[in-house]
Amino acid sequence: MTETAIQDDGLARRHALREREMRRKLLALNLLAAVLGLALWSLLSFIDLAGLPGPLSVASRAIQLIANGQLFVDLAASIQRVLLGFAIGTALAIPVGFLMGWYTWARGLMEPYVQFFRTIPPLALIPLAIVFLGIGEVPKVFVITLAAFLVSVISTYQGVVNVDRVLINAARVLGAGDAAVFRRVIVPASTPFILVGMRTGLGAAWSTLVAAELIAAQQGLGHRMQQAQIYYDLETIFVALITIGITGLLMDRVLLWLDQRLTVWQERR
Amino acid sequence: MTTPKIQFARVSCAFVLQGQEFRAVNDLDLDIADGEIVTLVGPSGCGKSTLMNMAAGLQEPTGGTVRVDGKPVSGPGPERGVIFQQYALFPWLTVAQNVGFGLEIKGVPAQERARIVARCLDLVGLTAFADALPKTLSGGMKQRCAIARAYAVDPAVLLMDEPFGALDALTRVNMQEQLLATWARDKRTILFITHDVDEAVFLAHRVVVMAARPGRIHEIVDVDLPYPRTEDIRLSQRFQDLRNRVWHAVYHQH
Repeated sequence: MTETAIQDDGLARRHALREREMRRKLLALNLLAAVLGLALWSLLSFIDLAGLPGPLSVASRAIQLIANGQLFVDLAASIQRVLLGFAIGTALAIPVGFLMGWYTWARGLMEPYVQFFRTIPPLALIPLAIVFLGIGEVPKVFVITLAAFLVSVISTYQGVVNVDRVLINAARVLGAGDAAVFRRVIVPASTPFILVGMRTGLGAAWSTLVAAELIAAQQGLGHRMQQAQIYYDLETIFVALITIGITGLLMDRVLLWLDQRLTVWQERR
Repeated sequence: MTTPKIQFARVSCAFVLQGQEFRAVNDLDLDIADGEIVTLVGPSGCGKSTLMNMAAGLQEPTGGTVRVDGKPVSGPGPERGVIFQQYALFPWLTVAQNVGFGLEIKGVPAQERARIVARCLDLVGLTAFADALPKTLSGGMKQRCAIARAYAVDPAVLLMDEPFGALDALTRVNMQEQLLATWARDKRTILFITHDVDEAVFLAHRVVVMAARPGRIHEIVDVDLPYPRTEDIRLSQRFQDLRNRVWHAVYHQH
């Protein structure tokens, strides 16, 4: 006895239509919010609130910075630091998180450190990092790495600890030993947690960047803002801020897309 | 006398719960013959699931021995198929991949694996859903997938822990009939836990009624109804008498 597919084509189509309708409405509201925001901004700069530059002067500065290539030099330097720190931090966090979740001894050894360093904002380590690591790329990447690591390690560990006991038993009764249980159950079952950790880790890395670039950088969006601050160049600060926001959003979207690709199997509410 | 397929010999299992010893199973003896279907019923806390977990090798007895085919059980193994109430399908694998899981662990080559998977899917009527993910299946289909997964590694015994407990009444009867139809072909030994007295009588050669605190056998009811068990049997007077007897044994233990 086979079940007939529980799909009513008409129903599915109506559902899709309603979904598209809803998405259109949401998009319209998003656009409206952007327009209102720009209007408010224009208004505030028009009444000359604290010398706030208007959208147009910021846009012309953006074009200028794009034209002379400065924006790309800064953006490339910043992205390189973030991605490097994020990659190292995540690459360390995933095995450490697995170890902590899987072996009691590893948890006992590492948890105190992880919990302790979690209470220290990575930025608070900048002075120390400068003393030990100098003022080159290393202390910047180190601080970003630490930020990404601390977030990812906790969620990986949570993912391993939260794997449904029944699934582990199901694998065992089918003949799986420890190695197979780990590879075939623990890893896939904790993937959603790891990806959430990566997304928050990337956010943490990105938000640590600007402060890390206060350490005697030659390029970078954070450095550019600091320079601009000295010359009271508000337009450049705004361009850098908006660039940071857009880039962070794009990177998050990439991870979100990856998340949805890798965890289609999850029951979503 | 031939060796029993599953043998519980003076088996005990105790836990410490909040500083108090809790005897989930106490000094229990039970022999299950090759090809026999035994159902376990009883109030919660009577140790049904503990008994099954010990047979599955997921729980170690604190006293006595559980033997399968005369060999003491130490740890889980593919010769004892287990079907859980919560289906326990791997949500990231398709139906076919779930069914093939045990074979892959065993190292069965891909071609033969595909053949066995196809046969098992056909057996439970899920061929059309081979590539579906578990989240798209109904409860009954999920459990059929779990049953196919257990069959795929060709276990000598099936241990079923309230497998149809979460299904609606109609699907449940359907699944019972399918289980018996499959059993009629392979005569695999089945130990089956249920809360449903009708189900217990309908499936079994023997219904083992258990009692709690400490977990033990209260009464064993022999079901002298012929197989195949048809709807006529389910509606017969003899079936009613047996189910009444089991009912009393479960609900009026004092």
